[in-house]
Amino acid sequence: MFDILLSSYPMFLEATFLTLRLTAISLIMGCGVGLLIAFFRISHSKALQTIAHVYITVIRGTPLIVQIMVLYFGITEIVTLSSFWAGAFALAIHNGAYIAEIFRGSIQSIDRGQMEAAKSLGMSYPLAMRRIILPQAFKRAIPPLGNQFIIGLKDSSLVAYVGMQELWGTGLGEAASNYRQLDTYLVVGLYYLVLVLIFTYVVNRLENRLNTGAAKKKSKGYDSASQSV
Amino acid sequence: MIEVKNLYKSFGSLTVLKGVDLQVGEREVVVLLGASGSGKSTLLRCLNFLEMHDQGEIHVNGQRIDPKTTDLNKFRTEVGMVFQHFNLFPHKTVLENVIEAPVHVKKTPPDRAREEAYALLEKVGMRDKADVYPDMLSGGQKQRVAIARALAMKPKIMLFDEPTSALDPELVGEVLQVMKQLAKEGMTMVVVTHEMGFAREVADRAVFMDNGQILEQGEPEHFFTNPQQERTRQFLNSIL
Repeated sequence: MFDILLSSYPMFLEATFLTLRLTAISLIMGCGVGLLIAFFRISHSKALQTIAHVYITVIRGTPLIVQIMVLYFGITEIVTLSSFWAGAFALAIHNGAYIAEIFRGSIQSIDRGQMEAAKSLGMSYPLAMRRIILPQAFKRAIPPLGNQFIIGLKDSSLVAYVGMQELWGTGLGEAASNYRQLDTYLVVGLYYLVLVLIFTYVVNRLENRLNTGAAKKKSKGYDSASQSV
Repeated sequence: MIEVKNLYKSFGSLTVLKGVDLQVGEREVVVLLGASGSGKSTLLRCLNFLEMHDQGEIHVNGQRIDPKTTDLNKFRTEVGMVFQHFNLFPHKTVLENVIEAPVHVKKTPPDRAREEAYALLEKVGMRDKADVYPDMLSGGQKQRVAIARALAMKPKIMLFDEPTSALDPELVGEVLQVMKQLAKEGMTMVVVTHEMGFAREVADRAVFMDNGQILEQGEPEHFFTNPQQERTRQFLNSIL
């Protein structure tokens, strides 16, 4: 295994960067989609609610690999899309559904009194959302969002099946040529693990910084504090 | 200044307000009293349209306020509200809480907003806590900041929804002190409270609500010593 690790690292490093680029782009888009769908879900419009509901149900109810295939072969019927962008869009749409639920939950977890206080000061709904509710909601969304990002990173491996030479795709190719499947796949797994560990560290740091930055917290719990603040 | 006519409000099948009529004059301090569930908080919340009434009319300064035709956001800048649970913005410092609406709603230049905010914080005795986050404050301090925040919009009317009910007993006084000061300066105030001492001392009129209606109202002195209705007498006996 170690010889593979050593001999193949330039190729795998390149693949790692492709995985990272793919993941980053798809998750950024996914957050955009997620926020939009979250607003649809909490809006008063029945139509928007239904759109959000159908979207989330369909995406959560079907395998990612199916979504990637459908999007890749479906969209290339209409417009030609590189496997990178087909994969990125599929991942964005997929993660968007989960991220939407995370945002919805964190927005709805903010005490109703916050919106009432903002309104009582003459703030419009969008202004109150932007200045008062969302900053608090985003902070609460970070732990589950970090979790979803890790899942998104690992799920990006499925894009290998539409021809992307990212980490998993490169691993598949390698194993097919050197016939040492177990060792090669273990190496691939190691790359993913290191990425996830780095990512976890960054999320934890971010979480801590936001906690100490916004309020020098005592031992008081988050919820009991926000209830009465 | 405020005129409420025949107001009705239901939550689902529960009718909370059953034809309420109320007038509040300029510079008048009115306390709303009543058992919990009598509709006093709902009435107060209808006054700045945090709750929308089902029937009836609300006039402020001679103008009918109708959610369909009135810009409620603009209307609310003239009606300050103080909540039982303070509802300070936890991600903002005391000063930021106070200047938030002046800067972002009224477009007051931040420098001027800060100056005015410091003056208001001085007034409620919170000047030295300007850069602290709300969860470092006691309940009484939070409520005083909340009052300063509402005053920062220079409202013509202030509504108080049980402002001292969530406070430890020893912190009630500091909040009532600020409210007394405000009343003395001539602010028009509607206060839902259980503080009979405050009602007696500061209010111009006490209004007793029961079961979604106004049962009795009058000057506090008269109201407390010589209530006309049996229900009012029971209520006063139970809480005094």
